[in-house]
Amino acid sequence: MADRVKISGGRLVDPASGSERVADLYIADGRIVGVDTAPAGFEAQAGIDASGMVVCPGLVDLAVRLGSSLESELGAALAGGVTSVACPPDMDPPLDEPGLVEMLARRAESLALSHVYPVGALTQGLAGSRLAEMNELAEAGCVAFSQADEALADNTVLLRALQYAATFDLPVWLRPQDASLARHGVAHDGEIATRLGLPGIPALAETIAVSTILLMVAETGARVHLCRLSAGESVDLVRDAKARGLTVTCDVSAHHVHLSEMDIGYFDAHCRLTPPLRSLRDRDALVRGLADGTIDAVCSDHCPMAEDGKEVPFGEATPGATGLELLLPLTLRWGGSADLASTLRPVTIAPARILGLPQPSLELGAPADLCIFDPAAWWRVGPETLRSRGRNTPFSGYEVQGRVRYTLVGGRIVFEQ
Amino acid sequence: MRLPEAEGLLADLASRMRAEVGPETGLVGIHTGGVWVAQRLHGLLGSTVPMGTIDIAFYRDDFARRGLKPDVRPSALPFDVNGRDIVLVDDVLYTGRTVRAALNMLFDYGRPGRVRLAALVDRGGRQLPICPDFVGGFLTVPNEHAMLLLRRTDSGSLELAMEEDVGGAA
Amino acid sequence: MQRNPQLGPKGELSHLLTIDGLPKDILLQILDTARSFVSVTERDVKKVPLLRGKSVFNLFFEPSTRTRTTFEIAAKRLSADVINLNVATSSQTKGETLLDTVANLAAMNADMFVVRHASSGAPHLIARHMGPEIHVINAGDGRHAHPTQGLLDVYTIRHYKEDFTRLTVAVVGDVLHSRVARSEIHALTTLGVPEVRVIGPRTLIPRDIEKLGVRVFHDMDRGLDGVDVVMMLRLQNERMNGALLPSANEYFRSYGLTPERLAKAKPGALVMHPGPMNRGVEIDSAVADGPQSVILHQVTFGIAVRMAVMAILAGNG
Repeated sequence: MADRVKISGGRLVDPASGSERVADLYIADGRIVGVDTAPAGFEAQAGIDASGMVVCPGLVDLAVRLGSSLESELGAALAGGVTSVACPPDMDPPLDEPGLVEMLARRAESLALSHVYPVGALTQGLAGSRLAEMNELAEAGCVAFSQADEALADNTVLLRALQYAATFDLPVWLRPQDASLARHGVAHDGEIATRLGLPGIPALAETIAVSTILLMVAETGARVHLCRLSAGESVDLVRDAKARGLTVTCDVSAHHVHLSEMDIGYFDAHCRLTPPLRSLRDRDALVRGLADGTIDAVCSDHCPMAEDGKEVPFGEATPGATGLELLLPLTLRWGGSADLASTLRPVTIAPARILGLPQPSLELGAPADLCIFDPAAWWRVGPETLRSRGRNTPFSGYEVQGRVRYTLVGGRIVFEQ
Repeated sequence: MRLPEAEGLLADLASRMRAEVGPETGLVGIHTGGVWVAQRLHGLLGSTVPMGTIDIAFYRDDFARRGLKPDVRPSALPFDVNGRDIVLVDDVLYTGRTVRAALNMLFDYGRPGRVRLAALVDRGGRQLPICPDFVGGFLTVPNEHAMLLLRRTDSGSLELAMEEDVGGAA
Repeated sequence: MQRNPQLGPKGELSHLLTIDGLPKDILLQILDTARSFVSVTERDVKKVPLLRGKSVFNLFFEPSTRTRTTFEIAAKRLSADVINLNVATSSQTKGETLLDTVANLAAMNADMFVVRHASSGAPHLIARHMGPEIHVINAGDGRHAHPTQGLLDVYTIRHYKEDFTRLTVAVVGDVLHSRVARSEIHALTTLGVPEVRVIGPRTLIPRDIEKLGVRVFHDMDRGLDGVDVVMMLRLQNERMNGALLPSANEYFRSYGLTPERLAKAKPGALVMHPGPMNRGVEIDSAVADGPQSVILHQVTFGIAVRMAVMAILAGNG
């Protein structure tokens, strides 16, 4: 594979500096070695004609379940321009032992596709009672600790976990959801759940948990990241907390920025997600939260599964959707009138900061993890256009704009179409 | 083609029935046109038993092809069918399939003593071995896809009309 | 974007899954056709040959002898062959998926499935996977819908009250868990009933129910004031003592339909109940057996309504 690449004529969009301009980019030894002008003696082994395309740092995705096939899902990541993924610990078995983390890291490394950052289990077996060996897991490569979608039912355990993590300055990622209020629920407790007779999950299940966590953060000083906000009032709570100087961050899934309970339609099990798709008002509040920076990052919450996970009645369906390849087009869609550099921030530099990675940029010397996409190209979402093993997406049949043409990881062209 | 006057046919039909149909005979009109004819005959013949009406929708032999028509009317036979002398009344007798259905339906109400058939018009074209006992008149319709049907005007008088078949032969 | 899954390409009824979203003319066609079937059920021979040679499969993933029996009688009076399957006790326990079970039965040349399932939306799922020649009737799914019950209820109201557009109707009790309530509400609002009320404690009234076009009352006396029809709902045993309600006794005290409470409604107001009744919990025996009760007529009309639904579906290809 080519080590020295010349990318010519692309529109360089750098969310770090906010700059946008057309220039050539020169890559060697895994890094950007020249912008506009080639370094002395540069001889390209490969060239990419990027005219009409956008060149930006590779996307960083905070929640990617790799399913049964690491290779196919990392292939899907590359097809989506995603060069770094964080894996929640709810694998089978859960990531609660250093050996499992090392194995995952080794497998990912040997594939040499997107960078994989494991998130360790906060409690053993994610069972919510005994703390996992966080320091050992961190040494093995865990970037943070979480319960994935399993909420902690016991506030004492939560408090202890935050105190312990704070002792060693380990980041904790929490999906705010009150377990008892969400129990048996399968859809947002609102008009659609009432109409369809689906057991509801009230927004209260999330806002109570957000409040609890924020109070505990103030108490413990733990570094907490809130995962997958879905309710408008949660955004208000985080906004207030940030204004008071609390150091919390949060993300949303791309699905929740675009869809609402209405999309469930006639029991579309592809819209069975966790947290549930909420009301249009909630969705609009999430969009505002993104615009004003209250919400830091957007992730795909990628959860590929075989079709039989969805070919059951709505309430019995496995929650989740495939999303890696939709993250970019969905991000571009809500960007609207905002400039491209700002639009890309929640999927590049913001998640990188939450992951504790160096800030991605297009500056000289930056690592050459790059996404090159055609912002004008339309494509139809469907089994024939997705590389993920999971075809479970509520966007099946949608026409979306923005198609990744090349992805580079460590300076190598690892994807092109 | 020129269609005969329905009112004239009705008078002829009544006069042919008068000698043969007593006041105790049960008249049963087949929806919709047959009911209009039966209503008029009921008065003209001085029947003393109330008239019956049947909608043969649930007995049609083309249900599988054409489905249930949207306006099935309730059927009512306000007399005991068992042992009774009955005259089935239809407007236009054509293939005989309607009469077949009406006979089957009638027997689900009981076992009549005798059943005869009266039709305002016989246009021929039978597909079943069915023969009317009383007919107002005969009419040859060359086009087998043309539908000959009875209408009732706002004033209550009856008239014949011809339509292209869109729904299927009656 | 999503086509109504119960209507065929020409807007004809191809499955009956819910009353929500059904056009008014289809509802009226069912009610009109049912009236003709009522006349059939009053004859010597209560059978018509309409569905001769057709196979109706009663697929009950949740046991219910009453509902299954009414569908069975309806199908038999249409001359269909009826196959009763209590699926809860057979293939499902062997790990076969719902769709596998149904695909197997469809291969036995089924013409119609009558489906009862504990999960909301199961009949939709089955209908989506059937060819156009197989019709699905929802006989109750989770909390979602029980459309034939809703239809027989409005049939009963129409029988006694004729004009829907001048009525006030109250639905009383556990609306949260009730598929019957949802189907009743949709049927009433579609047919133009100007005021549909739901009455119950806050724990049993689902969020945003107003968006279905109803007025919410928590006070029984005020809710019953001046209504033409009182539709009681059954309170399941397991909901009587717990976090939803303290006890059956206390429920009866606040929401039980007694003669005194019924006096708040219009004189001659109808009392209805989908059955089976909990006497002394949601309804006083004096009311259930009283002159204003039409509960037993509901059962009679229920057969004719189910015959009408089956006949119309079978006729639509």
